[in-house]
Amino acid sequence: MRCLLALALLALQPAHAAAPAAVSGTPVPDTLQQRIAACTACHGIHGGGSSGSGFFPRLAGKPAAYLARQLADFQDGLRHYAPMEYTVRGLSPAYLREIADYFAAQQVPYARSPLPSLPARTLQRGEQLVMQGDPARGVPACSRCHGSQLTGVQPDIPGLVGLPCDYISAQLGAWRTHTRATVAPDCMAEVAGRLGPSDITAVAAWLSSRELPADMHAQPAGSVQPPLRCGVLAGNASGT
Amino acid sequence: MKRWWQRGILVLLLCGAVLLGWRLFVADRLHPANAAQRQAEAAKLRDPALVARGAYLATVGDCAACHTARGGRRYAGGRVLATPFGDLSTPNITPDPDTGIGRLRFADFWRALHQGRGRHGEPLYPVFSYTSFTRVTRDDAWAIFAYLKSLPPVRQPNREPALSFPYNVRSSLLAWRALYFRPGVYRPDPARSAEWNRGAYLVQGLGHCGECHTPRNAWGAMEEKRRLVGGSLPAQEWYAPGLGTQPGGGLAGWSGQDIVDLLKTGESSKGAAFGPMADVVRNSTQYMSDADLRAVATYLRALPARGPAPVPAAFARAAGHVQGGELYAQQCAACHGKQGEGVPGIYPPLDGNGAVTEPSAADAVRSVLLGGFAPTTVGDPRPYSMPPFAQQLSDDEVAAVVNYIRQSWSNRAGAVWPAEVGRLRHTPVD
Ligand code: HEC
Ligand code: HEC
Ligand code: HEC
Ligand code: HEC
Ligand code: HEC
Repeated sequence: MRCLLALALLALQPAHAAAPAAVSGTPVPDTLQQRIAACTACHGIHGGGSSGSGFFPRLAGKPAAYLARQLADFQDGLRHYAPMEYTVRGLSPAYLREIADYFAAQQVPYARSPLPSLPARTLQRGEQLVMQGDPARGVPACSRCHGSQLTGVQPDIPGLVGLPCDYISAQLGAWRTHTRATVAPDCMAEVAGRLGPSDITAVAAWLSSRELPADMHAQPAGSVQPPLRCGVLAGNASGT
Repeated sequence: MKRWWQRGILVLLLCGAVLLGWRLFVADRLHPANAAQRQAEAAKLRDPALVARGAYLATVGDCAACHTARGGRRYAGGRVLATPFGDLSTPNITPDPDTGIGRLRFADFWRALHQGRGRHGEPLYPVFSYTSFTRVTRDDAWAIFAYLKSLPPVRQPNREPALSFPYNVRSSLLAWRALYFRPGVYRPDPARSAEWNRGAYLVQGLGHCGECHTPRNAWGAMEEKRRLVGGSLPAQEWYAPGLGTQPGGGLAGWSGQDIVDLLKTGESSKGAAFGPMADVVRNSTQYMSDADLRAVATYLRALPARGPAPVPAAFARAAGHVQGGELYAQQCAACHGKQGEGVPGIYPPLDGNGAVTEPSAADAVRSVLLGGFAPTTVGDPRPYSMPPFAQQLSDDEVAAVVNYIRQSWSNRAGAVWPAEVGRLRHTPVD
């Protein structure tokens, strides 16, 4: 299950201990970046996330509506991580949207996360699941929603490349243990539920070991036809 | 904290059991009414002016905060409140006839708010702040009821309380009530100004500030004699400081404007709202009219002075003051200032801040661990924030920096031990 435990533990350090810019005498900068010192302490000034296991996930460049949705889900108790829930609980939807837009617009080079050494069979299984799916288990190909380049689809679907192995397996695990959910129908909970336990390691390992495409931007809206209904996609899915 | 409640209720249960049979017989059911009465009541409740006034009053009473689950429909209940005797889920108070208050008449509603009794006459748990709401006038209760009746009905069945024996036996409340609960509408003090009386009505009654800011006795009841001198929140590791502005009060040195600012925007030149108070400001007080906010300030400013808080014996500055000072200079001074003076409207001062110097260090420790934003309000829609230090600082370091801010400048408060920080680290945030 664990991709690289040692690194995972190391990476529990927040991304940057952002030194705030205010120094006695000089006025406090009237910028969003200064206002959100709480967020950037964990996620990095530009939302680069923590390197290594990516325990503090990267936010930079992820689709804005996706980020805003996650913040609402933490607020509503659908997605759980206590410090995040506390930080966002008093913030208005308008402010959260402004913060999401800030991180979506950041450009930070992608750091390659450490490659787990796993048998080739596991990686093949991962590739099969991501690109073709597994009809026997009812698992659709991940690319049918996350885009043919797996870089996500505007405005609501996040990319799967450039994410650390531990982060991917933790998120898929979270859907299965109900510590991550979103508005119903929660298609990712459906997908994660259909994967076998060794499948999670397989997709996480294959996705995180892939070369990154030159263009990491999310594909334009409407470039996929999701095979399941997703509440977050507000009715633009075909559905089974 | 947990012990005293449990011991208290256990003893009282015995007396309660004796009273049980008798009381349940006497308690009447839903108030019956004939058709004409019902129609007259329904007509009264439809008055738009009454509904509008009720919307304001329900906001001041912060009814939605407790009666709405996270991510749930407003007023449909289902929020789980941790209490010292177990978890209690709030009921649906939308006008759904089967799962909400649709079938309730005003008399039933009044009995809940004023007497703390449910629709079957059963005693309600005092987590529902009826110990304060009992001071609300009948006219105001009518308005709130009219507003609740005007809401879209939401069908959502109530959940049974998950209380452990014997607290799940409602009759165990009867003896407690006999000792500590006196129903009674607020009676104005003719010797005081109208503004003071309005403030007292809001603070003691509808605004239920005392439910958090008044200490509780060994049986969990508010100590009326020590009203608003500060208290720990039941079953939560937060401390609500005293609200007196005179020497010895938790808000010593606050002007009326500071109080109004904090309640309206979440910030003031003396301190910012965080934790449970941030929720109170965001959901309730920011919407209070300027006149009502001024009345609250007038009342709080007239609370009696208390002698200077005794300087704790532990005051000989805690060991680690130097280390704390270094940490403060590195991690905190850029925002809160070298002398703890803060930046007005942006970063709260720590020097002379009641939330820092209060008897319990819990709020200061948890602020450092959790960081966070002041609440977004109409007056401050894009607040600044503080980084959480839970991942960065060890228990020893947090204790050192908290002791430093509690014992520097004009602050003279008791020390906190690293073990206490370790405990607070694992406290659930809600
Ligand atoms: C204490 C550290 C911490 C703080 C402070 C914090 N976060 Fe997070 N955040 C995390 C962690 C850890 C996760 C991953 C949780 C999980 O595994 O589900 C996360 C997840 C997220 C996600 C979901 C990312 C994704 O790709 O799904 C978003 C968006 C986010 N945070 C934004 C913010 C914003 C905005 C703030 C400030 C308002 C903030 N965070 C403050 C630690 C933090
Ligand atoms: C039916 C469409 C659909 C399919 C198929 C699908 N996903 Fe998703 N996925 C989504 C949506 C929508 C989200 C955003 C969920 C949210 O907003 O909470 C998501 C989010 C995720 C995330 C969270 C990313 C982050 O940054 O936190 C991961 C990881 C993920 N999917 C992995 C997979 C994998 C692996 C597969 C294939 C086995 C897959 N998905 C198949 C629709 C899909
Ligand atoms: C601190 C949390 C809290 C606040 C604030 C609060 N309530 Fe409640 N309320 C409760 C709880 C908990 C109960 C259930 C008590 C029980 O089951 O014994 C309850 C019960 C009730 C009931 C009885 C419902 C029934 O089905 O019999 C009514 C009516 C009610 N509340 C109305 C209000 C109104 C009106 C306000 C605002 C003026 C309000 N509440 C504010 C927590 C709260
Ligand atoms: C749910 C519990 C709760 C209720 C109800 C509540 N408070 Fe508080 N209050 C707190 C806590 C906890 C703090 C300490 C945290 C802080 O300072 O923000 C606090 C702090 C304060 C502060 C001081 C802020 C500072 O920085 O020192 C003021 C002023 C205040 N409350 C006023 C009120 C008034 C007026 C009401 C009633 C309208 C009220 N509170 C109702 C819990 C509560
Ligand atoms: C980036 C700026 C920043 C830094 C750095 C910072 N704080 Fe804060 N601090 C704030 C803000 C903003 C608030 C108000 C937060 C709120 O209302 O929830 C605050 C609130 C507090 C409070 C609660 C007081 C009140 O009235 O709200 C305490 C105590 C505190 N900080 C202590 C510290 C200590 C100790 C450090 C260093 C370990 C520190 N802070 C570092 C910005 C900062």
